[in-house]
Amino acid sequence: MSRFISLLFLLSTFVFCAAAEDAVSRSFENEQQRETYQQLIKELRCPKCQNQNIADSNAPLAEDMRDKSYEMLKAGKSKQEIIEFMVDRYGNFVHYKPPFTAATAVLWFGPVVILIIGIGVAVLLTRKKKEQTALTPEERAQLEQLRKNDND
Amino acid sequence: MNKNLRWIVLFAPLVLFIALAAFLLKGLGSDPTKLDSALINEPVPAFKTVDLYDTSIVYDESVLKGKPILLNVWATWCPTCRAEHEFLNQLASEGIPIVGLNYKDDSRGKAVNWLNTLGDPYTINLFDPEGEVAFEFGVYGAPETYFIDEQGVIRYRHVGDVNARNWQSTLKPIYEQLKQEAQ
Repeated sequence: MSRFISLLFLLSTFVFCAAAEDAVSRSFENEQQRETYQQLIKELRCPKCQNQNIADSNAPLAEDMRDKSYEMLKAGKSKQEIIEFMVDRYGNFVHYKPPFTAATAVLWFGPVVILIIGIGVAVLLTRKKKEQTALTPEERAQLEQLRKNDND
Repeated sequence: MNKNLRWIVLFAPLVLFIALAAFLLKGLGSDPTKLDSALINEPVPAFKTVDLYDTSIVYDESVLKGKPILLNVWATWCPTCRAEHEFLNQLASEGIPIVGLNYKDDSRGKAVNWLNTLGDPYTINLFDPEGEVAFEFGVYGAPETYFIDEQGVIRYRHVGDVNARNWQSTLKPIYEQLKQEAQ
């Protein structure tokens, strides 16, 4: 088990190295640009190896996307412009922060709607029970009578 | 409580559950590696690239306009491209115009050799060694086949090999429709 954990640890350092190395080996005009580049390659998703960002992926396509991001940054494009450029070609799939659209609305509101339905049903059911347990005036009178008799 | 409302409250969870189950079941059967193209119903992107055989000839996006065509992205390093090649030859012999985009191949010589030995189904051969043209199209692998209408608008993208089965069931009707629209 401990061997397994140390192997995992070893492998994870490789992953971080690959991403860090890419940002280190490239030259940037300032630290902020390097920072933006690092954020970009972590946020952009590789369409080929689907559950990796382009920082972690060694697929040729991820390499091309890193190159393109770098070139565009050097050409003075903003982070948002580069993301839009990628989304225009590869779709929303390529960005790990999907935008709010009609298609994704259900993801944002679904849990809230289900919670509201749940609370609604709970309230409705408890109220119904209360109605059933409430006594009519006749029953109440009867109960009073019974109690009186009991006391006697 | 109103009787109708009671029925609605009683069956709403069941209806919701069935809807959710159907939605999730649909997701279970779909292939996550097949992505929808971001360029559907968009005009073909602007590009400039050279001919595979003769690099002094320069083409641009205008070669993809004027009639419904297929744009096939391929490379010699791609085994599935080898698998679909025979079928592309057959489509070409039936008179279907296919433009080839040679995508990030190992070398131009290898690609030319492939076409010389296996046959050349393409009306035009675009050479894209750096994958720059393919990037504009949002290509993420090979083979991919784009269906482009007479106006030069991308109407459909097929990911994976084109074969007799998917041609008959899905792709041919799409091509026929583009042809009909062009008339």
